[in-house]
Amino acid sequence: MYTQILIAGFGGQGVLFAGKVLAYKGLTEEKQISWLPSYGPEMRGGTANCSVIVSDTPVGSPIVHEPDILIVMNLPSLDKYEGAVSKGGYAFVDSTLIERKLERTDVKAFYIPATKMARDLGIPTLANMIIVGKVIKETGVVSMDGLRDALAKTVSAKHQDLIDINLKAIEAGYNFKD
Amino acid sequence: MAKVLMKGNEAIAEAAIRSGCRHYFGYPITPQTEVAAYMAKRMPKIGGTFLQAESEISAINMVYGVSSAGLRVMTSSSSPGVSLKQEGISYLAGSDLPALIVNVQRGGPGLGGIQPSQSDYFQATKGGGHGDYHLIVLAPASVQEMADLTAKAFDLSDKYRMPAMLLADGTIGQMMEPVELPEKMSEGGFEKPWAVTGTENKREHNIINSLYLVPEQLEDKNLERYERYKVVEQNEVMYEEYMTDDADVVVVAFGIAARVSKNAITAARAKGIKAGLIRPITLWPFPKEAIAKAAERAKGFISVELSMGQMIDDIRLAEGCKKPVTLCNRVGGMIPSPDEVLKAIEDMEGGAF
Repeated sequence: MYTQILIAGFGGQGVLFAGKVLAYKGLTEEKQISWLPSYGPEMRGGTANCSVIVSDTPVGSPIVHEPDILIVMNLPSLDKYEGAVSKGGYAFVDSTLIERKLERTDVKAFYIPATKMARDLGIPTLANMIIVGKVIKETGVVSMDGLRDALAKTVSAKHQDLIDINLKAIEAGYNFKD
Repeated sequence: MAKVLMKGNEAIAEAAIRSGCRHYFGYPITPQTEVAAYMAKRMPKIGGTFLQAESEISAINMVYGVSSAGLRVMTSSSSPGVSLKQEGISYLAGSDLPALIVNVQRGGPGLGGIQPSQSDYFQATKGGGHGDYHLIVLAPASVQEMADLTAKAFDLSDKYRMPAMLLADGTIGQMMEPVELPEKMSEGGFEKPWAVTGTENKREHNIINSLYLVPEQLEDKNLERYERYKVVEQNEVMYEEYMTDDADVVVVAFGIAARVSKNAITAARAKGIKAGLIRPITLWPFPKEAIAKAAERAKGFISVELSMGQMIDDIRLAEGCKKPVTLCNRVGGMIPSPDEVLKAIEDMEGGAF
């Protein structure tokens, strides 16, 4: 298994954090991991993205050009990266913020109203985690078992009280049915 | 030992601390700021010194001071900041002082951009400051190597009394990978009888200086230094060979370019093209012999660089211009894709060079 993941959205949507959760979870499963953020001016209010690779073999280039899994949380990101997804790959779209569907037909697309779901659940900043839950469900790139441990490593020491709501969001996404 | 996920820049800082470095002087600049941020957080807790200097020039001169006292010391910056440090680096070399200088490169010249680059290769390996001198230059290609080579750089620097440079790039600095950090990372234990630590009236004064107005003396100093450099070239060359045993096409790349090249080599092999990689880990001393040996059987070499072609000169010198050497590069913060490197491999395999 050599799974390349690209997560993209606006700065502030938790794109980098979503990537970290997947990376830490992969690490606890003893997978090979790389996580590479965009650190350019685009992350300051513009678009942010991050490349994550979860693999059984050593990771080569940490830059994801052709994602097997694409997560997009805004329209510019879908426009930019739809064409890059590998054939037979997955695309996860926040359908609260992106009205259009994918044009590609050789990609498995999932539309999750994550921003609305997060708002309804009273955790408006965790749309990213809702999508992560759906990604885990549909792709199995990492497992749900032991997710709390991975979150404890991802969340900074002073925010450990936020683990529960992150878990809640991931579970909501995992259990979401179209 | 458990692996942890860390950014490359953080791994440098933690490895430096575990190598006994308790003095850090720097000035923030993207994409290396995490080194300074990590040091700012950790150093006060372990009795060390973190000092944000008023400029890069000031920071490198603080490094000179601490090194003169015989203590492990480092500074870090990114390309424009490392340019500012060059005078101090030349003084360190001229005074035979060990120190670690980290350059997490970004695109240039001038203020350039903040995305990754390898275009400070000439500056790092051919001087940068004035006068005849070399730095030991180490080029990490993973977060683990950011840590391991930091420790190695301190040891080599102390052993040979010359400054060492860790030449990384924005990608390796910013990315996170699992890393294992042993409690003790460095050999340590280097005697520094030359350090200015107070004579206690028991010995002659030690003097740290790079000024020699008598030309015979200055010549001797230079000759002695180059004898030491010769030993470094004999004993300290490090490189990785990947699938070069039967390789027709040999890619030479370091740092992030080597990571991309490995993907391309895997793809080339899948197409039946015998491609391999020589990855210099020390850029100075450069792995000349490995390249000369590969030249005996390879069709040619491809230098994959994030520059307009700087290391390519050293490849040509090492292989004695026997075989073609082509350049596959992107600049300004761009990184060649595995497909671009694969195309260069296919071109060489097909005889188009």
